[in-house]
Amino acid sequence: MFKNPEELKYAKTHEWLKEEDGVYVIGLTDFAQDALGDVVFVNLPAVDDEVKAGESLGDIESVKAVSDVFSPVTGRVVEVNEEVVDDPALVNTDPYAAWLIKVADVTEFEELLDAAAYAEHCEQEG
Amino acid sequence: MELKTPLYDEHVSLKGKIVPFAGYLLPVQYEGVIKEHLAVRQACGLFDVSHMGEITFKGETATQSLNHLLTNDYSKMSLGKVRYSPMCYEDGGTVDDLLVYKFAEDYYYIVVNASNRHKDFAHMKENILEGTVIEDISDSVAQVALQGPRAKEVMLELLPEESIPAKYYTAIEHVDIEGMDCMISFTGYTGENGYEIYTANENVVKLWRLLLEKGEKYGLIPCGLGARDTLRLEAAMPLYGHELSETISPVEAALDFAIKLDKEEFIGKEALIKVKERGEEMLTRVGLGIIDKGVLREHQDIYLNDELIGHTTSGTYSPLLQTSIAMALVPVKYSALDTVVEVDVRGRRLKAKIINLPFYTKK
Repeated sequence: MFKNPEELKYAKTHEWLKEEDGVYVIGLTDFAQDALGDVVFVNLPAVDDEVKAGESLGDIESVKAVSDVFSPVTGRVVEVNEEVVDDPALVNTDPYAAWLIKVADVTEFEELLDAAAYAEHCEQEG
Repeated sequence: MELKTPLYDEHVSLKGKIVPFAGYLLPVQYEGVIKEHLAVRQACGLFDVSHMGEITFKGETATQSLNHLLTNDYSKMSLGKVRYSPMCYEDGGTVDDLLVYKFAEDYYYIVVNASNRHKDFAHMKENILEGTVIEDISDSVAQVALQGPRAKEVMLELLPEESIPAKYYTAIEHVDIEGMDCMISFTGYTGENGYEIYTANENVVKLWRLLLEKGEKYGLIPCGLGARDTLRLEAAMPLYGHELSETISPVEAALDFAIKLDKEEFIGKEALIKVKERGEEMLTRVGLGIIDKGVLREHQDIYLNDELIGHTTSGTYSPLLQTSIAMALVPVKYSALDTVVEVDVRGRRLKAKIINLPFYTKK
């Protein structure tokens, strides 16, 4: 089964969210990376770009297909994970270490689920 | 409703990720497209291609019927040979592309795309000559493709050398593999050497397991539709619905090697000559290699100096070249190698360069 760490919050669109001293870290879930298959390219916003809750923050390309990554929060990008930009396969090997962006000045949140509710949500999506 | 091939339960037990494709439920991947792709380039892979359609042509006018229906020439063909051809409508649009196997002067075996099978059969039925009898035998035939540089070693585990077709695009109609009657051809859709093996539905689970077992020491793994697509794309093999369609003629798809305009007549000949007369304005298939970062996909617009000049027909990330490649249709006048164009990738204009096809040629 898919790993969903207890300490994280999850969006229904398969992003995870973690708070670190008022800054929110966003990444893709294990379910998402498995569904995508081999990730080969990530297109992320730049530092200081605004992201909006429920809207696309960028896209992620696997060999098979391209998918939007949706932002679970509204705020300002303060850091982009260049390691993942250079080596997108990290999203497959450890999706919870391979964060994508960090967002500050957060004013709004998407509906978020805890690990158990998210696991149930994934089961329904099959 | 999607159909299952006789290997469906094997795919599920091998943890294949099942998707609907051409009316069938087939695995898009087992462990990963890149791993499966590289296995075929470096060792070997096994594909379930039982969804493909098979139609037999029999009778004293079978050869003439093929020559009337298809753009390639079948008048001089030895027994046991395989020959590719597009099949056109009167207006030059493509009905399908297919393989023709010749097993007797009055018996040919045609392999067509699954999604076109019924359309093809109807078109053939309408246009065959008197004295040709055709039959759609797809539902009783299963097919697996064993592809890659080590494919022959796997076959030699099962068969003596003389039972394996020795030359590219040849076939042996009846080969006994552990009591199973199989038709084997030296063909494939990956750009590697390899074999396509046809057998009755009831044999194919045994054949599949046998191949995987004997092939294990040569690195053989099951491969899904994902790798099949990236492999054929690197080899620049056309896929119906992408590089060929009812509105894309084989001339535009740059398949001249299989279009014999010097043949006396065939369906679509006049139209194809007219397409060629467009000269510099005619669309032609080219290869694109990305310059910027990103992945090219099908149906993306191509710009040259802000003028829309064409669109991509297939695009992917190439696991071997580790960069994005695409095939595209652009006018001949813009098709020169090294031309730098821009491709609209989800609203971003990414630079790409026209490069030689195929992207990959086996050593």
